[in-house]
Order: sequence, then structure tokens, then C-alpha cells
Amino acid sequence: MAVRAARRPRRRSIPVARILLLGFFLIFVLFPLYWILNTSIKPSDDYLAVPPVWWPEHPTLVHYEAALFAYRGLDGLVNSIIVSVSATILSALLGTLMAYSLARYNTGGRHLSFWVLSQRFLPPIGIVLPVFLIYRSVGIYDTRFGLIIAYTVFTLPVSVWMMFAYFRQMPKSMEEAALVDGCTRWQAFWRVAVPLAAPGIVAAAVFAFIACWTEFFFALLLTSRTAFTLPTVFRAFIGFQGAQYGEAAALAIVSLVPSIALGVLAQKHLVRGLTLGAVRG
Amino acid sequence: MAEVKIIGLEKRYGAFHAVRGIDLHIPDGEFTVLVGPSGCGKSTLLRTIAGLEDASAGTIEIGGEVVNDFRPRDRDVAMVFQDYALYPHMKVADNIGFGLKARKMPKAEIEKRVGEAAKMLDITQLLNRLPRQLSGGQRQRVAIGRAIVRNPRVFLFDEPLSNLDAQLRDEMRSEIKRLHQSLATTMIYVTHDQIEAMTLADRIVLMRDGLIEQQGAPLDLFERPANTFVAGFLGSPKISFLSGRLVRQGGADGVAVGDSVLPLPPQRLASSASDGQPIVLGLRPEHLSRATGPTPPPGSARYEAVVDLIQPTGSRSYASFQIAGAPVVAELQAHDVSRPGERIAVDVNMKRASIFDAGTQRAI
Repeated sequence: MAVRAARRPRRRSIPVARILLLGFFLIFVLFPLYWILNTSIKPSDDYLAVPPVWWPEHPTLVHYEAALFAYRGLDGLVNSIIVSVSATILSALLGTLMAYSLARYNTGGRHLSFWVLSQRFLPPIGIVLPVFLIYRSVGIYDTRFGLIIAYTVFTLPVSVWMMFAYFRQMPKSMEEAALVDGCTRWQAFWRVAVPLAAPGIVAAAVFAFIACWTEFFFALLLTSRTAFTLPTVFRAFIGFQGAQYGEAAALAIVSLVPSIALGVLAQKHLVRGLTLGAVRG
Repeated sequence: MAEVKIIGLEKRYGAFHAVRGIDLHIPDGEFTVLVGPSGCGKSTLLRTIAGLEDASAGTIEIGGEVVNDFRPRDRDVAMVFQDYALYPHMKVADNIGFGLKARKMPKAEIEKRVGEAAKMLDITQLLNRLPRQLSGGQRQRVAIGRAIVRNPRVFLFDEPLSNLDAQLRDEMRSEIKRLHQSLATTMIYVTHDQIEAMTLADRIVLMRDGLIEQQGAPLDLFERPANTFVAGFLGSPKISFLSGRLVRQGGADGVAVGDSVLPLPPQRLASSASDGQPIVLGLRPEHLSRATGPTPPPGSARYEAVVDLIQPTGSRSYASFQIAGAPVVAELQAHDVSRPGERIAVDVNMKRASIFDAGTQRAI
């Protein structure tokens, strides 16, 4: 009894503070999401009602219908998925190869790896005009292919840099063991280095996907009626008739779904380090 | 099964000269230990033999074939790494069979060979585990299994025991020696631990700064070190060095250390050695013993000393004292000495003592 009594103050004070803090944090993060969801199913009259409508009496899907079909949100969604997934795969593949070369062969000395990263220093607006003109004359303006190329190039530096850091901290000896065991350089790379680097590759790919999925500026300038992506559809919701809050909210919810699904799927890989505890005694 | 011949081997990393001209002939089936302080180039030499590093100059022959331009996989060697280098994403059985699979061996044959290797190393019950579920000793066994399953011409070991605790290290050491006895394959083993080198080797190659200081059978190096570095590197507790001068008067040779002259057996010195030449006298703990009888046995010198430290090991005790101001350790019977401060007489076996030139540090 005495022990229990003595412990009680400590036990109670910590969870209370923690729950309060977590609760506050959750409200901070989730309230905007709730409000978007709420707005997406409200009838138009309720958007700016005072007092606010916390949950509509007659939820409606009419905004979803308008956003996806009338405003061609569905086409944008399909384009976004194709472009983002392709660019992510390309970026992860090329990034892994390039980073491995930099980390294991010291390709280009100290400077090449930094040069790769320095591509991110350039403000995108500085190159958008030449890129636009080149795309037009080459004939890949307003094509998914053109956008995939652009996104691959933009996400590559970060992919390379992330993978470079990952390969560098990976002990070389496992690949060396594979070489002595009977592998060629390629086999040692594919069968040993890549599986071990999987958490790093997944992390780099997730970053690349998020960057592509949310990209607006280049999508706006390099596409028009065919290859436009989801973010560019949002433009249409602010027009001379006023803001289409319901449609914007509905499309925002739609665009969240793949990101959240990806986060849930990749979380396991992002957290788990395969080499953990496997090397040393 | 193959001999290994290394001729004029050099390895540079930019300005750093890691291996500076090594000639080494390792006969078929021999257990050779490359030993030396860290940075002496022993690991680099081993990795060059494996093909993980390119030689800057010189040739490497395995089984009569120059392999300088061979890829590691084509050299038919197997290597055990210090950090085991097991593939963390594969089960033990796949780890062991990986090399065979890479060489496109039929599945049934791989299974059979992996089973045999596992049985030999007593790890059959671990075959379905992942490396991270194993202890350090078990991982090392798997790493060795991965090497022996390939039945290579040469085994290379790169400090395989240095990550294990002392007890396990002793155990694995005898196991590796037993393995060599049953396989009789050429083995090249790198370590910085002189006890490992002494116990395992048919031949020790002692290196320093990218060069071989001395090579030969462990006891040869121990008893007849070529220089003070070799003498100081081998043996535990370490050899004691005393500065002195040679004394050659009439027919009697001796070594003057401090005030006393320790007589040398006849013909111990070459005729070129001169009277008064400054030397370093190397005394190993086992060169000294508690004096018995009224006079020292032939070839020995008697010395009286006050013991300042005793370290019993059970069967033996190490007693420290000073001779002419220099610290000396003697290996005595456990009951020869009882407490610090005791004054005892020790006989120094001058037949076994090493004498080095004080200038060149080379044996006389």
C-alpha cells in the first residue's frame, strides 16, 4: 500500500501532461483535415455559415461529382498517378545506380556528388522558359512523357544524395564477401547491396513521389488540356463566380488518398533497418 | 589446394605506400599467419591476394597461375571477414550456399554440401535462422561454413576472431586449427594477436610498415628473433631489453650490464663482434629461473634481485624486478617467490638470451 501511494503522483502527472500535449497536437494536425472533409460534403449554403456547421445535416457528394467530372479532376488524377509513379520508379532506379557508383567507386572524386546536389540550388523559375521552349520544339509539350522526364530530373538529386548517404554507411565487407564467393560486380550489387539498401531506396522513393504528387509549377507550364495533373485542376476552382470551396475540398480529399496509402505501406520499410544487429557480434 | 607465390608485391594508395615490396612463398597446405601491428600492411596484403585490391606492382601466383588480372571470383579463394560479413537478408543455409548458387551449381548438390559443412561446424540446427538471430560465435561459424563449402584452393582469414570474447576466441582458435588439420588446404590468416599467430601458424610472417621483418616457424622466430622488433612483438609477458656492452677479454666473452658482467657461453659471438660494442640484451621471462645449487649451471649467470611485483597465474608466477635499472620479468615456479620485497637469486640462461646490436637493432 505504502509503495503504491508513493508512486501515484509520479504515475499520474506524466500521462496527464503527455495526453494533453498529444491531444493538442492531434487537434492541430487533424482539424484542417476534418474541416476539408466537412466542407467537401456540405451543401454550398453552409460553407460560410455563422455559426459554423460542424457536420452537415444532409451530406452530399455533389461536389465530388463536379470536381471529378465537370472539372476533369479524374483525368488529372489518372495523369498524376501515371506521371508520379513513373518518375518515382525512374528516379529510384537511376538514383540507386548513381549513388552506388559515387559511394563505392568514388566516381568523379569529391566534386561530382556535390554537383549533383547543387542542382537543387537553382530556382526552378530560372529554367522554366527554356524548358518550355525546348519542350514545344521537341514535341513533348503537354505529354505525360515530357512531365515524367522533367520530374525524374528534378527528383534525382535528392534521391541520389539520400542513397549516397545510405550506401556510404553500409559496410563494404558483405559485397566483398559476395565477390570472393563467386559474384560479378553486378551480382554483388543486385543480390547483396540492393536488398540491404531497400529501406533507403524506399525512403528516397517516397520523397520523390511526394515531390511529384504535389508539384504545381512545372505541371502548369508544361501541360495544357491533355497531360495536366491533379494540382493544376485546383486553379479552376477560383474563378469569376467566386471560390468553389466544396469542389476544392472534394478534390483535396481525393488527392490525399494515395499519399496516405503510400505512407501506411512504406512506413514499415522506412522504420526498419535491415542491417540492424546483423553485422557485429 | 595450391601454393601461393608473391613476388615483389607493392600497394600504394595515392601517396601512402601500404605494402612496400613483399616476396613470400607459401607452400601448398601450409598455415601461414601474417602478423604485425595495425597499419603494417598485413590486411592489405591479404586483400590483394583475394583480388579485392589491385596490386600496384609485383605478381601474385596461385597454383602456378599469375592471378593479378583475375577477378576475385575467378581466383578460387574463400575469405572469412573480421565482421563476418554475413548477408543479413538471407537465412544461414542460403548464406552458406550463396557462393555455390552464384556459380550455378545444381540445387540438390548445394543442399548436400551445405548440410555437410553445417555438420562439420555443428550448426545444422541454425540453418533456418537469420544472421541477426545468432550469437557472435555462431555467426563466425557460419562465415567459416560459407568458406569451406566452396572447397577453395586457398582460405583467407582477416582477423576472424577479434570480435569475439576471450573464451570464445580460444575455442574458435582450436577449431580453426583442427579444420586446417582435416582439410589440409593452404590457409593465410591475418591477425595482430601474437598468441593467435604462435598457436595457429606453421609459419609466421611478421610485418612492419609494409615490409616483412622476419618469417619462419613460430618457435624459430620466438627463439631466434632477427631484430628487437620481432623479439618485442612475440611473447607474453614481453621480452625485457637491457642496454649493455660486449666484453671480449682473452677467451672469455660476456655482456656487461650495469656493474655486473654476465658471462656468455663460448662461441656464442661471431668473431666480428668487438670488445666494448654497445648492445641490447633481450631476456624473456622463461630465460630466468630461481637459482638452485651453489653455482649457476653452465651457460648461465647468477643475479640477485629484490622482487617488486608478483603476478601469479596458477602454475607459474611472473616476478618483476630490476637489473641495472632496467625492468625484467622472470617466469618462476608458483612457490619460488612469496611476497614483494623478497630478495631472491635468479639464474639467467645466457645460452637462450638474445643479443642485438644497439645501433642496427639486429641480432648478433
